[in-house]
Amino acid sequence: MSDNTVSAIELKADRSKMKVSDETAVKLAGVNKWYGDFHVLKDINLTVMKGERIVICGPSGSGKSTMIRCINRLEEHQKGQIVVDGIELTNDLKKIDEVRRDVGMVFQHFNLFPHLTILENCTLAPIWVKKMPKKEAEEVAMHYLKRVRIPEQANKYPGQLSGGQQQRVAIARSLCMNPKIMLFDEPTSALDPEMVKEVLEVMISLAESGMTMLCVTHEMGFARQVANRVIFMDAGQIIEQNEPEAFFGNPQHERTKLFLSQILH
Amino acid sequence: MTMTSASDTAPIAFVRHEMVQAEPPPPSMVGMQGWLKKNLFSTPGNILLTAVGFFLAAWLIWQVVDFAIVRAVFVGTSGEDCRKSPDVGACWPYVQAYWKLFVYGRYPIAERWRVDLTGLVFVVLLVPLMIPAAPLKRLNVILFFLIFPVFAFSMLVGGWFGLPHVETALWGGVLVSLVVAVTGIVMSLPLGVLLALGRRSKMPVIRLLSTIFIEFWRGVPLITVLFMASNMLPLFMPAGVDVDKLLRALIGVSLFSAAYMAEVVRGGLQAIPKGQYEGAMALGLSYWRMMGLVVMPQALKLVIPGIVNTFIGLFKDTTLVSIVSIFDLLGMINFTRTDSAWAAPTTAMTGYLVAAVFYWVFCFGMSRYSMFMENRLNTGHKR
Repeated sequence: MSDNTVSAIELKADRSKMKVSDETAVKLAGVNKWYGDFHVLKDINLTVMKGERIVICGPSGSGKSTMIRCINRLEEHQKGQIVVDGIELTNDLKKIDEVRRDVGMVFQHFNLFPHLTILENCTLAPIWVKKMPKKEAEEVAMHYLKRVRIPEQANKYPGQLSGGQQQRVAIARSLCMNPKIMLFDEPTSALDPEMVKEVLEVMISLAESGMTMLCVTHEMGFARQVANRVIFMDAGQIIEQNEPEAFFGNPQHERTKLFLSQILH
Repeated sequence: MTMTSASDTAPIAFVRHEMVQAEPPPPSMVGMQGWLKKNLFSTPGNILLTAVGFFLAAWLIWQVVDFAIVRAVFVGTSGEDCRKSPDVGACWPYVQAYWKLFVYGRYPIAERWRVDLTGLVFVVLLVPLMIPAAPLKRLNVILFFLIFPVFAFSMLVGGWFGLPHVETALWGGVLVSLVVAVTGIVMSLPLGVLLALGRRSKMPVIRLLSTIFIEFWRGVPLITVLFMASNMLPLFMPAGVDVDKLLRALIGVSLFSAAYMAEVVRGGLQAIPKGQYEGAMALGLSYWRMMGLVVMPQALKLVIPGIVNTFIGLFKDTTLVSIVSIFDLLGMINFTRTDSAWAAPTTAMTGYLVAAVFYWVFCFGMSRYSMFMENRLNTGHKR
């Protein structure tokens, strides 16, 4: 694999710290979903082990975001089975809440709460969902804000921060709930080029801490450095999946080859 | 030739060696002089508009001052004193003679201290509530929204603790205006929020019921509501059950304004991006927490102008209660202005001026306070 095929950002990750266990974190079996008549997810089968870092890529409209949004039930599936950390997602609201408590999510547009300070954004869910005392929640929040390297912004409002800083806050906010699994839905797509790296570095350090991660992203440099599996989706189905080296170096399906030739140049 | 001349003479390559430092703006942009030039005298057209506006304002102010002070009668004992001059101004002795009726209506004179005390407690609780920096907010909220209504009800109605019962038919004037307005305002916001949520609910029954409720109350004029409440409702009630007339009007006004409020709040809810809901849900917040902590604070902030618009409309609409023989301030003025003892050319105008000032002061106060809150709550894009 030639290096000029990767994005210009230089990333370093220590793969020796990322360990995959033999326990299942997420299991999707025969998952199908429709938007009205439109069959958006077709027979998705995917098992994710604890500690795995999975990068999902594909053209827009391929169903990749929809798939990971099914994992914390932001989208409902109509057929098949989704089991997250031993809990099957059904219409049972209690189970949905339980899953959401264990699954963090980072969005393309950050979705920070603009009427709350950075610190309040981070303490809201621990205080109201986990019933954590305010003081403790603030300590936890400051711990994770330090980890994403913006503790000094704690008392500002989201509108006063740059995109990269906001996305790092969003990651810290998720981490404050101490999730077992993290979902990333195109976390760097809405960022200015200069800010992509700071967010990817935070994600790498998260991967090095052993977090189970599912990332929808087109940052192929990140995929090479961090992912243990890359999944390519098109037309609502998984077309190909492999280890990053083989995926980028030796794609099998014609659609994958075409996609990679479009984005890597 | 002109298109390429730049590249002919100047080289394409350019490297900056020294950064340009930021400088203060030119004097024409800052200070009083800059402001005047920019806002009032920027073009001949604007100079003309400024002059016309200035003279119009001066003329209007003079008219009011002339009527209310220069030509006004300040002392007197009957309409006789206000009839002496042909172009007399305001007849203030009339207001002097009747101002207690304007404030309390026919509330028994010996019991009026109860109204004063209720009003005092109201102000004492409201003022710190409105000052964001005031301490003990939680206690203040509980006292104002839970304890005060009970207190005000027992004080004004009486009938216990040795306080003689005062039937609401005797209430009137500013007392009634404020009771109706404050009840309407305090009840309509929470009801409106619930109705707006109901109308956007995913549950069809709740959505349908909310929609029917809102469309019904929005579809009938307030006068009809009050009229039905006071004249038709008793016909449907089982014999022996009598709901107080003022209470019926209060309920009518509250439900009526709640329907309007619901649509204002729904407008705010629609402006909140889907991402805010998803962000809250992904964190595991339940529906009510998501709405209460994330969505509603933002939606309500967005529609403060609309909310205050409804409040102001409601405040002025309280005057309609006089058609069901409840005498609010305007009703009291209408009632007294025809008193033959005070027959004078300007008696009615003086009374209406008092009413106008009363309503304007309250409405303008609400308007200014809402602007203050809007500024204070603005955290979105300041950099």
